[in-house]
Amino acid sequence: MLRYVLARLVLVVPTLWAVATLIFLLVRVIPGDIVELRLVSGGSYVTPEVIQQERGRLGLDKPLWAQYADWIVGLARLDLGTSMWTGAPVSKEIALRLELSLQLAVMATVVAVSLALPLGVWAAVRRGTWADHLVQVFSVAGLATPSFWLGILLLLFLLYAFRWLPPMTFTPLWVNPVANLSQLVWPALAVGYRYSAVATRMTRSAMLEVLREDYVRTAWAKGLAERAVVLRHALRNALLPVVTVIGLEFAFLIGGLVVTEQVFNLNGIGKLFVDAISRRDYTLIQGLMLLVASAYVLVNVLLDLLYARLDPRIRYA
Amino acid sequence: MWVALSRPRPRGRLSRFARRYPVAVAAAAFLALLGVAALFAPWIAPYDPLANDYLSMFSPPGPKHWLGTDSFGRDILSRLIFGSRTALLVGLSSSVIGATVGAVVGVASAYFGGTVDLVIQRVTDILVSFPLIVLAMAMVAILGSGTANLVAAIALSFAPRAELVVRSSALQVRHTTYVEAARAVGAGPWRIILRHMLPNVMAPYLVMLTAFLGQAILLEASLSFLGLGVAEPTPAWGLMLSGAAVDFVQKAPWMAVFPGLAITLTVLAFNVLGDALRDALDPKLRV
Repeated sequence: MLRYVLARLVLVVPTLWAVATLIFLLVRVIPGDIVELRLVSGGSYVTPEVIQQERGRLGLDKPLWAQYADWIVGLARLDLGTSMWTGAPVSKEIALRLELSLQLAVMATVVAVSLALPLGVWAAVRRGTWADHLVQVFSVAGLATPSFWLGILLLLFLLYAFRWLPPMTFTPLWVNPVANLSQLVWPALAVGYRYSAVATRMTRSAMLEVLREDYVRTAWAKGLAERAVVLRHALRNALLPVVTVIGLEFAFLIGGLVVTEQVFNLNGIGKLFVDAISRRDYTLIQGLMLLVASAYVLVNVLLDLLYARLDPRIRYA
Repeated sequence: MWVALSRPRPRGRLSRFARRYPVAVAAAAFLALLGVAALFAPWIAPYDPLANDYLSMFSPPGPKHWLGTDSFGRDILSRLIFGSRTALLVGLSSSVIGATVGAVVGVASAYFGGTVDLVIQRVTDILVSFPLIVLAMAMVAILGSGTANLVAAIALSFAPRAELVVRSSALQVRHTTYVEAARAVGAGPWRIILRHMLPNVMAPYLVMLTAFLGQAILLEASLSFLGLGVAEPTPAWGLMLSGAAVDFVQKAPWMAVFPGLAITLTVLAFNVLGDALRDALDPKLRV
C-alpha cells in the first residue's frame, strides 16, 4: 500500500511538469507581446524605450527557452516567480488568500454533499413519484442558476427577512467563529447548491443501479427495515461514483469561487484570479493555473486511495 | 401495411419525440420565443436600450417600465430583449465553433493515431483538468477583450471536451469497411477525415453541441459579470448583474432579479432540450 502511494506521488511530478509546460506555452507563446498588451491596454501612449525597459525588468528580453528554463527551475525550487503587478512573490499572494478560499471550498462541499446524498437517495427510492420529479427539477435548476445570481438573491433574502447583511471583512475561523461563519455560510450555500446538482444526479442513478441487485432483494426478503436496506446495503455500494464526482467537483470549485467571491466581496483565490486576468499579470496567472491543475491531480490521487478504503475488493499491491 | 411504412418519417419521429419529452417541447417553445425577441428586438423593445433617462432612475416595475429601470434610467425590459441577442449570438457561435474544432481534431487524432494521437490526447487530458471558466478566463487574458475574442475564448475552452468524446466515437468508425474502401480508391487523409469519418460521428457531435449551448450562455454571463466579457454599454445579461445591480440591491432589487431570471430560464431551456436530445440520439453517452 505504502509503495503504491509513493509510486503515485512520484508520478505526479512528470504530470505537473507537462502541465507547467503547457501553461507556459499557452500564456507566453500565443500572444504577440505581453508588455505591449499590458501597457497599451490602459490606453496611454508608451515610448518604445519604456517597453524595452519593462521587458528587461520582467526577463522577457531573454530567448524563449531561457524563460522556460527560468520558470521550470523556479518551480523545482517551489518558486512561482514574482507578480508582474505587485512585485510580491506569487506564492505569497496565493498564500494570503488560500485560507479563505479553502475554507469556503470545504464548506461548499459540505453543503453539496448534505444536499446531494439525501436527495439522491430519496429520489431513487421513490422513483417515478412526485418526490423523484421534484428532486430532478431541483437539480436541473441548480445547473442552470448562475451562482453569482443566487448569491445576490441570498443577500436580498437576508435584507428583506432579517434587515441584516453578512459582515464585509474576513475574520479567521479561530479568531471569531461566529463572525467567520456568518460571513462565509452564504457564499458556501450559493456555490454548494450549484455543485450539488451533478452529485444528486449521480447519487440517484448509482442508487437505481444498486437497488436492482440481488443482494438488495435478499435484504428486503429477509425482512430488514427500509433504513438498513437503503443505507447499509444499497448506499454503501453506490458510493464509489458519487465520491468520484464530489472529489472532482472539489478540485473544480475554484471555478465557482471565481464569480461568487466577487458578489460577496471576498478577497480569495477567485478574486485574485479575476484581478490577475484583468491586469494581465501573466506570472500570477501561470501560478494560479498551476495551482488549479495541481489540485485536480492531487484530488485524483486521493480518490484512488479512497476507493481502496470504500471498497474492500479494490487492493493496490 | 404499405401505408403504414410509407408514412413520412421525419414527421413521425418529431411527434414521437414531442410525446416522449413534453418538457423539452416547452423548452423549445421558450427558446423559439427568445429567438424571435432577439431577431426583432428593435421592433419589440418598448425603449432604446442605451437611452439614459435621469428623470426615471431606479423606477420600480410599473405600467411605464414593466420591469423597472436601472441606475441610468434605462429600461430593463428593453435591455433584456436586446441582451438576448448577445446571449444567443455568443452562445450559438462559440458552441458551434468549439464543438466543430473539437470534432475535427478528435477525428484527425483517431485517424492518424500513433504519436500525433498521443500528443493530442496528453494536451487534451491537461486542458480538461481545468474548470471551463478558468480556461475561458485564461483565453480572454491571452486573446484580449472584445466580443469576437470572447467567442473564441469560450469555443477554445469547449474544444478539448468535444475532442475527447468525438475521438472515442471516431476510433470505432476508423476501422469500418467504408473508410478502408475510401483509402483503397486513393482518397487522401483529410478527404477521409472530413467526408467519410466526420459525418459518421454526428450523433455525439450534436449531443456535445446542445450540451455546450447552455454552458456557453452561462459562461458568457459569468465573464461579462466579471468585466472580462462583453463591455458596457452593450446590453448583456451578465453585465446587467454586475456593479450597480449589486450595489443597489436593496434600493432596486428588480435590477438584479430579472437579468438573472433571464439567464437561468434560458440555460435551463437549453439544458432540458439537450438532455432530451441526448436520450433520443445516444442513450449511452454521458456528457
